[in-house]
Amino acid sequence: MSESTLSAVAADVGQVAGGGFDPVLPGLILLLPLLGFAVNGALALASGSRSATALREGREEDHASSARPLTHTLPTWVGPGVMLAAFLLTAVNFVGMLGVELAEPVIRTYWTWMATGALSVEAAIQLDQLSLIMMMVITGVGFLIHVFSVGYMKEDPGYPRYFAYLNLFVFFMLTLVMGANFPMMFVGWEGVGLCSYLLIGFWFRDREKANAGKKAFIVNRVGDFGLLVAMFILFAVFGTLDYQAIFGAAPDTLVYGGATVTAVTLFLLLGAAGKSAQVPLYVWLPDAMAGPTPVSALIHAATMVTAGVYLVARSSVLFAMAPVGAAAVATVGAITALFAATIALKQYDIKKVLAYSTVSQLGFMFMGVGVGAYAAGVFHLMTHAFFKALLFLGAGAVIHSMHHALHATHKDWDAQDMRNMGGLRRFMPATWITMWVATLAIAGIWPFAGFFSKDEIIWYVGTSAPASVLYTVLWGMAIATALLTAFYMTRMMVMTFHGPNRTGGAEAKHLHEAPLNMTIPLGILAVLSVFGGWINVPGSVRDSFFGGFGLLPMSDWLDRWLEPLTATAYQIRVDQLGAYASTSPVGGGHVLWGAIATGLALAVVIIGARVVGSREIRPAVDSPEPTGFGKILHDKWYVDELYDRILVRPIQSLSRACWRWIDQVIIDGTVNAVGSMARGFGWFGSLVQTGQLNTYAFILTLGALVVLGVLIL
Amino acid sequence: MLVEALVLSAILFVIGTLGVLVRRNAIIMFLCIELQLNAVNLSFVAFSRYLGIEGQIYVFFVMTVAAAEAAVGLAIIISIFRHYESVNVENFNLLKW
Repeated sequence: MSESTLSAVAADVGQVAGGGFDPVLPGLILLLPLLGFAVNGALALASGSRSATALREGREEDHASSARPLTHTLPTWVGPGVMLAAFLLTAVNFVGMLGVELAEPVIRTYWTWMATGALSVEAAIQLDQLSLIMMMVITGVGFLIHVFSVGYMKEDPGYPRYFAYLNLFVFFMLTLVMGANFPMMFVGWEGVGLCSYLLIGFWFRDREKANAGKKAFIVNRVGDFGLLVAMFILFAVFGTLDYQAIFGAAPDTLVYGGATVTAVTLFLLLGAAGKSAQVPLYVWLPDAMAGPTPVSALIHAATMVTAGVYLVARSSVLFAMAPVGAAAVATVGAITALFAATIALKQYDIKKVLAYSTVSQLGFMFMGVGVGAYAAGVFHLMTHAFFKALLFLGAGAVIHSMHHALHATHKDWDAQDMRNMGGLRRFMPATWITMWVATLAIAGIWPFAGFFSKDEIIWYVGTSAPASVLYTVLWGMAIATALLTAFYMTRMMVMTFHGPNRTGGAEAKHLHEAPLNMTIPLGILAVLSVFGGWINVPGSVRDSFFGGFGLLPMSDWLDRWLEPLTATAYQIRVDQLGAYASTSPVGGGHVLWGAIATGLALAVVIIGARVVGSREIRPAVDSPEPTGFGKILHDKWYVDELYDRILVRPIQSLSRACWRWIDQVIIDGTVNAVGSMARGFGWFGSLVQTGQLNTYAFILTLGALVVLGVLIL
Repeated sequence: MLVEALVLSAILFVIGTLGVLVRRNAIIMFLCIELQLNAVNLSFVAFSRYLGIEGQIYVFFVMTVAAAEAAVGLAIIISIFRHYESVNVENFNLLKW
């Protein structure tokens, strides 16, 4: 391993790429988080054995002890440090690529990973516009979340283990987006799944949290099956798994709308739906909130769950060739977006609201890439990473503060239940303001980032309507979802930060603003949530009010940036299905609909704030159970119960039957029968051993006589 | 001459064998084993008259081994006797399975 990593770095230094773009140490970007994992992992092992000893000796691990030079101080610097270094390196590469028209990706091949028969897989990474955008988000947002974690996880005894997992996650996530072929991507794909499992079950002594980790892992297996099958078909058709080879040959090799490409895209969709928590495989993501809140921000909002969107955007050529597959992506996305948004309306756990909101927003991204607006999907992926990471980190700061307050007075209330909060804006103003910025961004209000990305997706869904009436329906669902989003986010903000404080008089004294190393990442993300959308103001609204009457300089920047990757897919789509319409399904241009969207969202936010603010909210222990339709939403449409009934329990019954009958009766029975047979023979043979000397002598003599007799005769 | 010697040897051997089989006293059994050994020695000596000196050399080997065996065997019998106050082999049947 060490040798190969060295040669990887050496290859970086030695090679010079063509096309005017010379990547700077791309392998090192990948290796830095791995290095952080190695260091923090070693420290975790060291501190783990010590806490195990403490546990054996009956000592409670004293968690705030400051005298921990290595296992605490070192992860504090190594964890975020490698992320900062990786981010800076990525930024250098990004800036390097900015001035270059790069038509072909830069591929660095390090060694042959496996070569069997016709299959040859290289350990190769690929730098192009898409992977660089993803890397910027992963390392940039990742770094901020690492910094936030230093404050959030400060008192946790598993501190070095936490950073080890987090660094490992970033390594795998970078592998996922940097891999130059499907198997490399799959390594990262599985690796992030593993890290997700480890971090959801980070507090594994709580059985419920450990189970949530298992649920995430198992549900993702279903999706991984789809991805694997898609890879098998691709290899059978193309004889290779390299991105460039497949996407280059696809338009000529595959039949447009043929069975093969449709099957491939549907299986890819299954894989993407698992990782990106889409219907019907979304159930693991809300449970994944059992992990530490910064983990929810990094893995279950900003990066890992967007892998499915990345996969579809990366395979844009295939999806363009398969109209059924692409329509399925958009439909799944729309259903997920609306469905998750309705559930979020009635959740009381602040993290659950954000979790369902994430599922819903991922649905938006799927809609975007499903209708062929790959740049719009990636755009929303990026802005969502900003504002959703901010929301989760803000929720983390709130939970942190609530936990301290409840802990100080030994009150056993839920620190995440919004009914126990209220009025927190007086105690944590920085968190309050930054979270409002993110809320306005996700609600889609001009000029915040979410407005541009979400509006672009809705616009593309609407303008796909000439291709099929389906898209008119999806367009309606998308608008409905956007309005629901504005409402439930406002509800969350009002319940958490406004109105009277419901934590209790004694507890309220302990509520406090988060420390600087937690609020600074919030501030940076808030800035990104405001301005992040300005990089891709659609050209059609540039000269209107929305584009600042032409003042915003970077109109359509992301579309143009990703054009080398999406041009083929776009061309196929326009050739086959016709160009996108210039008006929405019910008429009206882009500017008009932008105004309608932001106006409606703003109205929902204001009315929602009024409605929720006037409602009397009582702490969770005094609150009545929700009734009627609200109860159905609160209980998440009973999907978990349904899956339990139709999947989990039958499988458990089948497993139990296999255990009771096949394993215990047939297999164990056979093995035991063989064993008792040997025992029986042994017992019978042991009868010969009498211990009587004369018997032995007699048998000996008899034997000698028999031998003699045989020899003579 | 040879036939007579061999017949005597066979008679002695059978007496020794029967002694080992039917007697229960360890010392007697031991003596019977010696008788068997010496019956074989007799046939060795008888054959060596016709076939060469090797038979007599074998006899020396057998006598040496018999002497060693007698020393070890008697020591075992004595220590068994000290334990059980008996040399009847029917009493010693602990050595099984």
